[in-house]
Amino acid sequence: MLISFNTACRNKISQWRYLNEEEITLLDAIVEQIIPTDDFPGGKWANVSNFIDKQLDTYYSKHKSAYREGLAAFQKTVIQVKGKKFEELPFAEQTAMLEKMEAGEFPGDYWKDHPPANFFNLVREHSMQGFYGSPVHGGNRGYISYQMLRLDYPNVIGQNRYNDLSWRKYNPKSLENGK
Amino acid sequence: MANKHVNAVVVGAGAGGGVAAKELAVGGLTVVLFERGRWHTYDEHGDDELTSQRTFPLKCGYGPDNERNWRMAPDGKNGWIKVFPNQWSYGNNAACVGSGTVSYGAMAWRFQPEDFHLKTKYGAVPGSTLDDWPLSYDELEPYYEKAEYELGVAGDPTNDPFVPPRKKPYPMPAFSFNREGVILEKAAKSLGLHPFPIPMLRNSVPYNGRPACIRMRTCVGYACPVSAKAGTQNTVIPVALKTGNCELRINCMVSEILVDESGKAKGIRYFDEDNKLQEQTSDLVVVAASASETARLLLNSRSKLFPNGAGNNNGWVGKNIQDHAYTGAYGLFEDEVYDDVGPGACIAVNDFNHRFPDVIGGGVLCNEFIRMPYQFTSIRPAGSRRWGKDHKDFQKQNFKRHIGIHGPVQEMPVFEKMVEVDPVVRDFWGIPVARISGLRHDNDIKVGHFLADKAEEWLKEAGAIYTWQGVPGKESTPSQHQSGTCRMGNDPKSSVTNRYGQLHEIDNIFIADGSLHVTNGGYNPALTILALGYWVGGHITAMWKGTKMK
Repeated sequence: MLISFNTACRNKISQWRYLNEEEITLLDAIVEQIIPTDDFPGGKWANVSNFIDKQLDTYYSKHKSAYREGLAAFQKTVIQVKGKKFEELPFAEQTAMLEKMEAGEFPGDYWKDHPPANFFNLVREHSMQGFYGSPVHGGNRGYISYQMLRLDYPNVIGQNRYNDLSWRKYNPKSLENGK
Repeated sequence: MANKHVNAVVVGAGAGGGVAAKELAVGGLTVVLFERGRWHTYDEHGDDELTSQRTFPLKCGYGPDNERNWRMAPDGKNGWIKVFPNQWSYGNNAACVGSGTVSYGAMAWRFQPEDFHLKTKYGAVPGSTLDDWPLSYDELEPYYEKAEYELGVAGDPTNDPFVPPRKKPYPMPAFSFNREGVILEKAAKSLGLHPFPIPMLRNSVPYNGRPACIRMRTCVGYACPVSAKAGTQNTVIPVALKTGNCELRINCMVSEILVDESGKAKGIRYFDEDNKLQEQTSDLVVVAASASETARLLLNSRSKLFPNGAGNNNGWVGKNIQDHAYTGAYGLFEDEVYDDVGPGACIAVNDFNHRFPDVIGGGVLCNEFIRMPYQFTSIRPAGSRRWGKDHKDFQKQNFKRHIGIHGPVQEMPVFEKMVEVDPVVRDFWGIPVARISGLRHDNDIKVGHFLADKAEEWLKEAGAIYTWQGVPGKESTPSQHQSGTCRMGNDPKSSVTNRYGQLHEIDNIFIADGSLHVTNGGYNPALTILALGYWVGGHITAMWKGTKMK
């Protein structure tokens, strides 16, 4: 088994497989925009970044360069336009930046092989997989999206149906406490 | 050591090949059944949506793998691009013992009698190679019945006035409607339509030693945890193996049919599970590798008398590939319509097949299989927000409050919509890969709009507060319903096989899969492919008893 080390800035073994801490911090902020916290946790809490990092090390190794280049170019662009890192911006300003990237109305100075709109679509698509797909792949922590959709989980064989179809009350605090 | 000579090689252990191998083995022929995939179980996949055969962003759980199997697809700029099984542009079906019948939705449709003679009914269609089948519904009827009884179908045609004529009832009672079905039944009736339960290759009661269905939400795209869903892997293939006449060789990739100087097939060449090249000689070869891979194998089998591939001196192998142009509509409801009773699809109407003179073909309309959470993230009306709060709100609000109604429009065969082999690109084993190209006929789009209107009307009548349509476009890569690449016909100039699936040009090579379809019906094609497996297999066995193919 391979263990990836990232010793460029520090000497500890990273918990991440491909991305580094800085990239994860930025990615957390992006996935939190794509699936924001409301009365249910969002993309960050659900470990969507972990899902993406895990896939980059396995099924999505072909997207490694897109993430390395895309995240760096995105951060540089945000700093150029806003004078701050993306994760330091207020939520609404972050949203506006991502909307511009999605629409392709984004300065392209720092981008080479992966145009901004393409990179946005890639992260958006992977975020949906990480939040709504099976937790076995590293995201959807505690089947949070299934809880949100009030879909019984795990999918108990033999049909676990409820007669009472009223909303099952969910308390986000209990999950935060269990963190 | 050389492999022992056998009577028949069957390539592909899916719907057609599994049945054909069983017919031959029971008929007394010695058979080697080749499958490039392996056995799969529910346990190794579970209900993982990201590796199912329905949504497969990470991989196609039931094969083939991305590491060894790729194809070429049009890149939109007059060139070609390499594509992998888990991309839609690849056009994947499956690759395992049972193939698509392991993970399919298991609808058990018979085509309508009219589907076998569309050209006679509607006349020639410009831009299409539309033709009649050389086989009538009445001739295939006993083989449909055999498939229904040997694999097991649950259904009840009582309320369907347009049911194709049948001699015996279904072997099992129909499934009950889920909540969607109950809502849609009432609405269909008030529109004057004739709703009925979808016939399913799935046990509603214990049948043939397998238990009844437990109504999982993850059914289409997944193996069945209790084996209630009938595929060839849990029905006919075990029967074939039990005869002692049939050997199943898995993880073996057949690369070429060997054709001798006299123009007869003498066996096949394949890469075994250690990727070593081997030969298996036989008296006859049955190819049932799916419309794309069957055509690819024939095209890759070049010999002195057949420089363009086996049976392809007339240039028809690989042409006319068809699928279904899926069309329909979604509706949002005020109340919850989801009750977690799988597989979801349960109700159909046959009212829109061949009953409108201006509409060539048509298709059945059914409610959709359950949309799982990730799949649902892309089910949105045009212009919807694709992320952020609005997107999440839509998930929460509508996951249990939407219904989809869809129908498979049978595509008009187009000669230039085809499978070729790439002149340069080779797969992991060094075998030239398939490339699939061509556009849909305009009629498919027209019928798509017609059926989508009907689906939307039905949803509105059922009380949908918001509806939108999803209609097919010109571009598509035939995937799970692929067919037509080795069509059967009476005229050797414009078809690949005769009415028994026997190549016009090489009389000991047979086709036994959807490649034979002249047209693809307005229905999911599995039962028709199974019936053709019985038809072709039965014919070979009968012929064998006379001539031994010598």
